[in-house]
Amino acid sequence: MYDTGKVITGLVIFVGIFTFAFWYTTGTAAPRPEPKLDTPEIQKMAKKQCIEDTQFMITTHMQLLNKLRDQALRDGNRWYVNSKGEKVWISLQNTCLKCHSNKKDFCDKCHNYAGVDPYCWDCHIDPNRSEL
Amino acid sequence: MSMDRREFLKAAGLSAVAGLGAKGAFDLFMPGDVDASEHEGHSEHGEGHGGVAEAGPKVRLAMAIDVLQLKDHSKVDKIRAACDNAHNIPHWDSKDDEIKWIWEDEYEHVFPDTHNEYLADEVRELPFLLMCNHCDDPPCARVCPVEATFKRPDGIVAQDYHRCIGCRFCMAACPYGSRSFNWFDPRIPLKAEGRKLNPRFPTRMRGVVEKCNFCVERLAEGKKPACVEACPDVMIFGNLADPNSNIRKVLRERVSLRRKLELGTKPSVFYLV
Repeated sequence: MYDTGKVITGLVIFVGIFTFAFWYTTGTAAPRPEPKLDTPEIQKMAKKQCIEDTQFMITTHMQLLNKLRDQALRDGNRWYVNSKGEKVWISLQNTCLKCHSNKKDFCDKCHNYAGVDPYCWDCHIDPNRSEL
Repeated sequence: MSMDRREFLKAAGLSAVAGLGAKGAFDLFMPGDVDASEHEGHSEHGEGHGGVAEAGPKVRLAMAIDVLQLKDHSKVDKIRAACDNAHNIPHWDSKDDEIKWIWEDEYEHVFPDTHNEYLADEVRELPFLLMCNHCDDPPCARVCPVEATFKRPDGIVAQDYHRCIGCRFCMAACPYGSRSFNWFDPRIPLKAEGRKLNPRFPTRMRGVVEKCNFCVERLAEGKKPACVEACPDVMIFGNLADPNSNIRKVLRERVSLRRKLELGTKPSVFYLV
């Protein structure tokens, strides 16, 4: 083989650059996000429970929010009856964010970690912050 | 199986007749008819409002505006400010970008078809408050390709901003100019003005159309529309289908005008003169 030294060196440099993203970030994985639940509204609650089970809310809140949005807006029915038969007023800004008044430490925590950018906040505002 | 020509032609003729009678044939030859029967035809159920409202829906929300009282221009400003604050409506400097839910214009422009040059000075100079007419037969809802704009059973022409794709067909269809397009992020002027936002209502985003929604979010909470709350003597809001409602009473007592009736959209905003 001609130019063995140059070829091998070149290959080593190539593989090094190609896998840069992998070895450079090794050991620097972002810690698992811990959304905070210590808002005043939640502290006041006797039983700290969202409108559905916590596990259900973690995995399915996006589908639930979509469903409730359509129910409130298109069917004009603003009462959600949850699996326990309790009635909940459907409103992202006035119900969800009333308890979860810490959007930065709650919604954004996981969304940033998962790299998702839900368009809710293009229009909806965080009622707990006066500025946009 | 054997079949002579005579038998074959008989069978073919019979199948053709059977085929023509099927619904599929109607779709093929008269597509409009099937579509039309799927729409809830208001013309079939009486005249909507103005005529036999009792035969129609139980609730038909409408607004009557006592324009004579708007001689006092401070009321116009009060009403417009109430709406702006309730819905976080931005103020743009350029008229091209402006977002209008409720705005003012003069008689000549509001009723161009009935304008006459010898009109009473009093009426000529009145500021007429304009808003979405929440038509009985809304052309904006008809043209919307994604059903973002739709008519609720109570007569409100509502818009679902989540669905709007910003095609602006509705703006072309609306004969009243009641719709505005967000050419830019509405939060830019809201921020620049340093406005205190209404935390109970969202803003909009760039690329959607918006318009007056008869304060559907306030009605849901049992409140009156923001403009009615600001000036209840000017803005009379109520149920047209109820003969004893405030609005029916005032419409019985006063002469009222509606805009561009000849277009057949059956607007629900009445001007008391």
